[in-house]
Amino acid sequence: MILIINFFLKKYMNTINKTDNVIYNYKVIKQFAIMTVIWGIVGMTVGVFISLELVWPDLNNNIPWLSYGRLRPLHTNAVIFAFGGSALMATSLYVVQRTSQVALISDKLASFVFWGWQLIILSAAITLPLGYTTSKEYAELEWPIAIFIAIVWVCYAILYFGTLAKRKIAHIYVANWFYGAFIITVALLHVVNHLSLPVSFLKSYSIYSGAVDAMVQWWYGHNAVGFLLTAGFLGMMYYFVPIQVERPVYSYRLSIVHFWSLIGIYMWAGAHHLHYSALPDWVQSLGMVFSLMLLAPSWGGMINGVMTFSGAWYKLKTDPILRFFVLCLTFYGMSTFEGSFMAIKTVNSLSHNTDWTIAHVHSGALGWVSMISIGSLYVLIPRIFNKKEMYSVSMINIHFWLATTGTILYVFAMWVSGIMQGLMWRAIDDDGTLTYAFIEVVIASHPFYVIRAVGGILFLSGMLIMLFNVLMTIKTRKVVFYDAASKGVIA
Amino acid sequence: MDIIYILIPLALMVLVVAIYFFFWAVNSDQFDDVDGPAYHIIIDDKRNDSNN
Repeated sequence: MILIINFFLKKYMNTINKTDNVIYNYKVIKQFAIMTVIWGIVGMTVGVFISLELVWPDLNNNIPWLSYGRLRPLHTNAVIFAFGGSALMATSLYVVQRTSQVALISDKLASFVFWGWQLIILSAAITLPLGYTTSKEYAELEWPIAIFIAIVWVCYAILYFGTLAKRKIAHIYVANWFYGAFIITVALLHVVNHLSLPVSFLKSYSIYSGAVDAMVQWWYGHNAVGFLLTAGFLGMMYYFVPIQVERPVYSYRLSIVHFWSLIGIYMWAGAHHLHYSALPDWVQSLGMVFSLMLLAPSWGGMINGVMTFSGAWYKLKTDPILRFFVLCLTFYGMSTFEGSFMAIKTVNSLSHNTDWTIAHVHSGALGWVSMISIGSLYVLIPRIFNKKEMYSVSMINIHFWLATTGTILYVFAMWVSGIMQGLMWRAIDDDGTLTYAFIEVVIASHPFYVIRAVGGILFLSGMLIMLFNVLMTIKTRKVVFYDAASKGVIA
Repeated sequence: MDIIYILIPLALMVLVVAIYFFFWAVNSDQFDDVDGPAYHIIIDDKRNDSNN
C-alpha cells in the first residue's frame, strides 16, 4: 500500500505552487491530505472490527493481538492522531500559508514533520496490538514513542509559528488563533500527562498514582478533546466554511469572542470525567460548573458557523460539500450541548460508564470532527492539486448520505443502549436488591451493538468512496486550470 | 490530591499567557478591523479563479 501511495505522490506531486510571487509549499499538504484519507480508512476499519467483536465476542479467534482490549486503543489513536492529526496538519499548514501570504519557513522541516508523524503512527500500529501500553486513555504510547511525539510536535510548532511570524499580512486570521492554541496546548498536555519512569525499553510507570493520576489523565483527556478535537477543527471551520460558501464568516467579531472565551474556560472542565470518584467533591463541582459555562462559547461558534450560510442556503441544493459543513456544525452544537448536560452530576449518575458516553463521543467524532475534515478535504484537494473541482460531485453526495446515515444509526443505537443500561443498573426491587444481573444488561444491549456496527460500516464505505474520488481527482487530466501560475506544470 | 496545587497554577499560567497574547493582539491593532479579514480570505481564494 505504501508503494502505491508513494507512486501517486511522486507522479502527481508538483512540489511548489506559485501565486502572486509567493511560492507556497503544497507538497507537505498533499502528503498529509492523502494520508488523512488513508488513516481515516485504517482507523475506521479497526473501529468496525472491534464493534463486530462486541457483536460476536469470539471474533478474535483467541489471537491475543486481535483482542478488543488491544485493538480499541489502536482505533482511538488511529482516528484521533493519525486521521484527525493529519487533517489538522494538512489544513493548518495550508491556512497559515494562504492567510499569511508566505511559504513555510522550511521545506526540510515540513518533510521531517510529515515522515516523523507517519513513523509515530506506524509504531503505534505495531506496539499497541502487541500489548505495549501505558494504560492511560488516548496516551497509551510508551515512553520512547512519547518522546518522539514531543520532538515532532515541537518541529511542527516551529514550522507553524515561524511561518506565522514572517507573514506579509499584518492581521492574523482567526483560524490561526485556533490552530495556534491547539498546537501549544497539545504540547503542554502531552508532556505533563506523559511524565513517567521507564523500567525497560517499552515499559514505564506514570509518576502519578491513584486519584492524582486519574485527575492528571482527565485534565489531559478533556483538554485533548477541547484543543485537538475542538479548537483545531474550529480553525478548519473558520477557514473552509466561508471559502466554500463564498461568504465571509457571519460575524468576525463573534469569532474573536468565541476564541478567547473558549480557551479561557476549557482548561477547567476535565474533572467532569471523574464524577462520583475518589476526586474531592469540590473539584467535581468545579468541573461541572465550568462544563456548563462552556456551552456559551460553543454555541456562539456553532451559531456563527451556521449563520455564515445566510443568503446562501440555496447552495445546499447543489453542493454536497456544504451539506457536510452544515451537518457538522449541527452535530457540533448537539454534542457540545450534550457534553455540558452530561457533566451535570445528576445526569452523569445515569450516563456514567454506559454507552451514552460512546454515543456522545461519536456524535462529536463522526458528526463533527470527521465531517468537518471530510468537507475541508473536498475543498482543499482540488486547490492543492490544481484541479477545478473534485472528480465526481455525485460521489461526494453519496459519501454525504452514507456518512449521515452511518452517524445517525451509530449515535441513536448508543443513546438508546446507554440510557437503557443506566436505568437497568439502577433499578432496585422492593427488598433493595438489584432487579437485573449484569449479564441481563449485556444481553439487552446486543441488538444495539448490531445497529452500531452497521452504522460504522456505512460510514467506512463512504470513506472508501472518498479515497477513490480523491485518487481520480489527482489522476484526472481534464479541467486542470485552478491555479493559473502552475497551469503548465500538470496539464 | 496535591496534584491540584500543580494543575491549577498551570492552568492559571496558561491563562496569564493567553491574557498576555490578548493584550498584545489589541495593542498591535489586530482587532482594529473586524470586517475586512473575513473578506480577505475569500478574495485571496477567488484571485486564483479569475486567473483561469
